[in-house]
Amino acid sequence: MATIDQISIKLQATDAGRTPVVAVEDVYKSFGPQRVLNGVSLTVSRGETLAVLGRSGTGKSVLLRMIIGLQTPDSGAVCIHRQDLAGLSLDQLSAVRKKMGFLFQHAALYDSLTVEQNVAFPLQHHRNGMASSELSDRVRKLLAEVGMDGHLDKMPSDISGGMQKRVGLARALALEPDILLLDEPTAGLDPISSAEIDELVLKLQAEHQMASIVVTHDLHSAKTIADRLILLNQGNVTAEGTFQELQGNDDPFVREFLKHS
Amino acid sequence: MSEHRIEALAGVIAPLSGQPISPPSQDESAPKWVTTEFLEWFGELGIFFWRVIRAAVTPPFEFRELFRQLDDIGSKSLPLVALAGAAIGVVLALESVQSMTRFGAKSLLPAALVFSVVHEIGPIMTALVVSGRVGAGIGAELASMKVTEQIDAIEASAVNPYRLLAATRILACTLMLPLLTLAFDACGLLMGWVALATVEPLSFHQFIINGFNGAGFNDFLPPTFKTAVFGLIIGLVACFQGMRTRGGAEGVGRAATSSVVLSSLFVILTDVVLVKFIIIFFP
Repeated sequence: MATIDQISIKLQATDAGRTPVVAVEDVYKSFGPQRVLNGVSLTVSRGETLAVLGRSGTGKSVLLRMIIGLQTPDSGAVCIHRQDLAGLSLDQLSAVRKKMGFLFQHAALYDSLTVEQNVAFPLQHHRNGMASSELSDRVRKLLAEVGMDGHLDKMPSDISGGMQKRVGLARALALEPDILLLDEPTAGLDPISSAEIDELVLKLQAEHQMASIVVTHDLHSAKTIADRLILLNQGNVTAEGTFQELQGNDDPFVREFLKHS
Repeated sequence: MSEHRIEALAGVIAPLSGQPISPPSQDESAPKWVTTEFLEWFGELGIFFWRVIRAAVTPPFEFRELFRQLDDIGSKSLPLVALAGAAIGVVLALESVQSMTRFGAKSLLPAALVFSVVHEIGPIMTALVVSGRVGAGIGAELASMKVTEQIDAIEASAVNPYRLLAATRILACTLMLPLLTLAFDACGLLMGWVALATVEPLSFHQFIINGFNGAGFNDFLPPTFKTAVFGLIIGLVACFQGMRTRGGAEGVGRAATSSVVLSSLFVILTDVVLVKFIIIFFP
């Protein structure tokens, strides 16, 4: 199992190319007798989008939740900007989380707050010096960026699933993160809404140059938005590379997955 | 172990854990299983309380959310508490008139009413009413937030949910219970006097003079302020049950029910201890 020093050496070695801001090293996770992650490693650099693919229940979302510290690995390390999350205090973890944006699978908007208040939530808690007019302008700008500026006063229950994802995306971008984590951004959406979300992610990625990790079942979406893909099977990374590289992979599971996607 | 015994045990433990119960394995004895569940629940409650205290005493303080909760728990519970107080005051007065007349102690009616309402009925009834309204509300609200990942979203936004959600609600319950108890007492005594006055002429002034004759601060302050402990219990148990929920709509329902059942139970048990404590230290 890799130590933090080994991970740091590995990160420094890759510094020559792009700077990895997320490094997951040899992570294991079990829920009771069921092992979900079985020694998964990955790195993501600034400006890069990585898609994590795999069948349902292979631990894709668990992996994403570990990266933001909502779950802890049984062993292995999750490093953000070279800081191992395992060694951080609650305050230090909060500081790391401020650099990350997370879009939940079902958007997880606060159902008692309006669209505007949802996006303002992180700003109200972390931008204390911001005047209310400035905060309001920032929220409107964020919502305009995701095409939701005409729905400020609506409640989450009054907008569609695709719109909720857009608002969730605006909320995830509120603190100007340099890491964006997207959990099934197109799940449950019609093809047109899915394509719109993909375009939106591409546009935001081009504008903000974040390190992004997208968990998805949607191979078409992954192909559109990701620079690199990894395929999880039974808790392991079965294949890694560009979409073309995956297409040329001879592993039976990879071929089966691509055939049915 | 027979299926019936397992089901009966599950019925007892289900509200405690707030989670679906898996019956014990063949080699596991039922008393050991129950004890383990019970101790685990208390252990987790202790850890939860410690996290809430640590979050509550460190900045940033969530004053806006605290004021919102004070309003929600305090002023929105006031009509229900006042109505319950009024009803109890009337019932108590009418029942007391009969029994005390029978024992020739009619002149003590105002004092009996004042002491029973202020000493015990006001505090415990207010706590049970608030437990029903607020405990269920907090349990269901937080459970719903938990199963829809809203609490995770708060955490992902680098905001401490123990500070924002739990500490504010627990503190609001703790601060509001004594005030609501005063409202219950006032309504109970007022309507008790009205009920007494319908039986025989008695001015409100005379009712107050007779009722509070010989009473000191020790008769009123400790019983009223003990409800702060009840508020703490209601808030703590409801937040705990809500924030540890699993299992969708069923889990939300279970959290709401167990919040009310457990907080009411612990309020009654704590009252026994606090009454003894007050008798010893505030004779």
